[in-house]
Formats: sequence, structure tokens, C-alpha cells
Amino acid sequence: MKRRNFVKKATLGSMASVIGADIVFGAVLPEGYKPLALQDPDPFKMFEKDTGMEVLNDKPWNIEAKAHLLDDKVTPNKFMFIRNNGLIPENIDINKWTLTFDGESARQQKTYTLAELKSKFPQYTYQLTLECGGNGRSEFDPPAKGNQWTVGAVSCANWTGIRLKDVLEDVGLKDDAVYIGYHAADIHLSRDPGKEPISRGAPIAKAIQEETLLAFKMNDKDIPLAHGYPLRLVAGGWPASVSGKWINRISIRNKVHDGPKMTGTAYRVPCNPVAPGDKVKDEDMCIIESMPVKSLITYPKSGAMINKGKKLDIRGHAWAGELEVLKMEYSIDFGSTWQSCPLEKPANRLAWQHFKASVEFPKEGYYEVWARATDSRGISQPMLLPGWNPKGYLNNACHRIAVKVT
Amino acid sequence: MQEHSTFKQQVKAIYRLMAGLFGLFIVGAVGILLLLSNPDWTRKKAPETEQEYVAIPEEDDFDKIENGIHIRTGLVDAEGLMTVVNNCTNCHSAKLVTQNRMNEERWIATIRWMQETQNLWDLGKNEEIIVDYLVTNYPPGKKGRREILSNIEWYDLKD
Repeated sequence: MKRRNFVKKATLGSMASVIGADIVFGAVLPEGYKPLALQDPDPFKMFEKDTGMEVLNDKPWNIEAKAHLLDDKVTPNKFMFIRNNGLIPENIDINKWTLTFDGESARQQKTYTLAELKSKFPQYTYQLTLECGGNGRSEFDPPAKGNQWTVGAVSCANWTGIRLKDVLEDVGLKDDAVYIGYHAADIHLSRDPGKEPISRGAPIAKAIQEETLLAFKMNDKDIPLAHGYPLRLVAGGWPASVSGKWINRISIRNKVHDGPKMTGTAYRVPCNPVAPGDKVKDEDMCIIESMPVKSLITYPKSGAMINKGKKLDIRGHAWAGELEVLKMEYSIDFGSTWQSCPLEKPANRLAWQHFKASVEFPKEGYYEVWARATDSRGISQPMLLPGWNPKGYLNNACHRIAVKVT
Repeated sequence: MQEHSTFKQQVKAIYRLMAGLFGLFIVGAVGILLLLSNPDWTRKKAPETEQEYVAIPEEDDFDKIENGIHIRTGLVDAEGLMTVVNNCTNCHSAKLVTQNRMNEERWIATIRWMQETQNLWDLGKNEEIIVDYLVTNYPPGKKGRREILSNIEWYDLKD
């Protein structure tokens, strides 16, 4: 009876802390009634996101940043996009959390506790670029179905964890192993316990890269719940859906993993180029691996007005999936001329790189500053939309900001 | 156990008392507000106060429409709205609908995909209503190979 009272008080207390105010008449709230503020939760408080972030979807939660919010060299949680296919897991007990390895090509089935993973294998920290495969989808014509990401579904945070490779070695791979597929604790939108919202993976070659982590820390803290607490995969440079969140099982497969969102048109593009709007058969769609070269002007925010004669300092980041960015350029005349600008080396492989420039404008007027990155194979970002594909992936067209000189 | 039930009764009594007081407070407040806005209201029919009291849970605002938008979901208020609300916002947010623009064929293909893989039920006669609503209110527009920058918020950039 006292316990019951305590539970009610505690519930009111936590409701109050979520709403940010005491609940007057809390004692007379009917049982089962949630205050309006909780029925429509504030995602910015709930996920500790900056209020400048854009909520694209609230069931499932999908939130993106804007270019100027991504100015930090290492992305803090408050500016990190959230991409979910299902519902965020509930009631996580880290003391009971385990990771099981199984599959046709596992030498044994083996289960580890979180504590075992943390103590048994060496830990590494890398800055890893994670970009949603559908970042930039909103620009495709004909429009592609799904969350209409603009430019903000990308981040580069510090991830700490153990190498997936080390654990795979401990489990043992059979010679015919070709792929790993993850399974996680998130809940299908229909709440059907027999369905997984997403279960993707990567070829063994990607899985055993040194930078492919089973991570338990982001920016030196426990990974926030929305980003995969207590354990997630981080496979930098590939569509972020490869970096499964809330991981509790990894299957070592003797064929390409066939979990939900691995097949059909999900995270796939036409193997051969198609005309905009063309129908493409499932068997003619190929899985996206490394993300293409891309860059973002993160300072200043688009819409800056400066006085004539003043230089405009710009800066931003560039990344190129598995590759490194070798050259960074900007244009103020819609690509008629390009100026090279300094570009830093990545902090480690698969981290985004930082560029800056001081831009001069010849006379008053409206300008756009366009940025273009070129990767180590000499491939540059297109100024127009790249090849149309049914699901609107891989838009790496140049980013631009508007500037007025007065 | 004895102590438990006595306590439970006490709690219930307090709860009823508080709820009663809260009710009286609301009735009083509504009365004063009505009196302020229309001093003649007592001369008209009296049961208005009771109706006001019943309206407290704000259920009447649940499907509020403002400027042609169904506030709760953000969907356009048009023929078929509630059929869409009732069939298309159970599993996912209406934001997944309002963000997207498709022609009839692709909206139908999306429904089929949800039926085949996402546990969406057979929509029966409602399918036509839903598809008509989607095609009418969320059709694709032309964007070309690259759109101009729009909705620019201009600001003075200080050093």
C-alpha cells in the first residue's frame, strides 16, 4: 500500500520532470489518464535534441538536422539525426542484455553478456561518419516514397566499442561465410512480435574492417537510447542502416543476409542507370554499399547578408564513404569557375573532413556559394541530382547557401 | 489487510472530496466567465453549466479543423479525411503520409506493400475513398533536376 503510493508519486514526479512543471491537482488525476503534455511528448526534451532540428515523423521517430546545426567537428547528440524503422525498445535491462552469434556459417552459437564484451575485447574509439541512405531524398523528381530527408541525415560522432572482427574471430567463421546480419530489440510498428522492423547487415569484408565497431559509447557517454543504447553496430561510410541499433543477435550467413530491408527495393538502387520514374524489377536492384562523395557548408547559415567589400568566411565538412576526400572547391557563379580551398585530413579513416575558405564577391547582389568535393578516385559531386532511383537514395548533389552582398 | 482497506477507503474519500471540489471550482469558474461575457445568461436555459462541465476533458477538440487542416494529424481536411485517419494512422504517424507525394498507381502500390509486409488489413470499400483522398490532396509536383533555393531567411551576418 505504501509502495503503491510511492509508485503513484514517482510516476507523477517523472511526469512532472518530463513536462518541466509540477502537475497541479496531480493527486486527483484519474488512473490511466495521461496529461496532454505527455500524450504528445516533446521530442526535443525526450531525445535531448536542439529545437532547431526538424521532426519528419513521430511514429516512428525520424528527426533531421539542418546544415548550419552540423558545424561542430564532432557531432554532439543534440544535432545528431534520428532514423528509426520501428519503435524504440522499451524497458532495457543492461544487466540482462546479451549478444548472441549464430547462423549457418558460425562455427558455434555463442552468447556474450555486455560485461563480457567490454572486458574480453580491446576497446577503440573512432570518429565515424553515418549518413542515412535516403539523405537528400526530398529533391528527387518524380518524388520517392519515404521520409523526405533534406540534408541533415548525417553525423560524425566519436564512437567507442570493440571491433566486430575480434568477436567474430572468437566465435569462429566457417569458410563459406559471406555476410553478417543483425537482429535488434526494436519493435515493429504493428507491434507484431513476430516481425522485425529492420534486420540488415554487411559483407564479411566490411564486418572485419578495423573501424567496424560494436559500440557502447557515443562521444564518451553511454549511447543515448534513440541511438541504440546499450549496444549498436557502427559501420562508417555505408548507409547508416547497416549500423544497427539495440543489437542483441548477429547471424553469420553463408549468403547475402535476407532480413527485412535487405530485399526488394530497400536500400537498393538500380544496378544499371534508369530514366526518372522507370519501373525497376527487384532482381535489377543492387544493394548500396559505400556512400558517395558529399559535402556540406555548415557555416554560415543560408541567408547571410554581408556588406560589400567584406570577405565571407565559410566552412564545412566533406566525406566520401569508404574513400577519402582529396579536393574541395567552391563556386560563387553557379559552377562557371571553381576555387580550391584547404581541406583537413580525416581524424581517422571514415571520419568526415573539414574545409574552410574566405570568399570574395566582386559586386553587390544575390549569390549562391556552392561546395563540391572530389574523392580519391577523382569522382566529384554533381551539381544536379544524380541518377534517379525508385527509393530516392544517394543524392549527393552539391550543397549551396544563399548570400546577399549589399 | 484491514489497515489496507481502511486506508484505501480514506484515499477514495479524499479523492472524491478533491474531485468534487475541483468540479465545483470548474462550475464556479465557468459560471463567472459566462456571467462576465453575457450577464443575461441566467435568464436563458440553465443546463449550459452542466454541458460545460462535461466538456472539461477537451474531447470536443479531438478532431478540430483549423485552416483546412485536421490539427491532430496535420492531414488536409477533405472528403475521406476520417477514413484515412482511421486506417492510416494506427501504425505510423500521419506525417509519413503528409510528407509524401505520389500518383494513384504508387499510392496503391504503397498500400499493397503495407498489406504484404507490414500487417495492414484489407481496406475493402474504404480503399477507393483512401486512394482518392491521397491522390487528390497529395499528388506529385514537378521539381525538375534541381530546384531554386526558396524560403530563405535573410539575416545580417555580424563578425
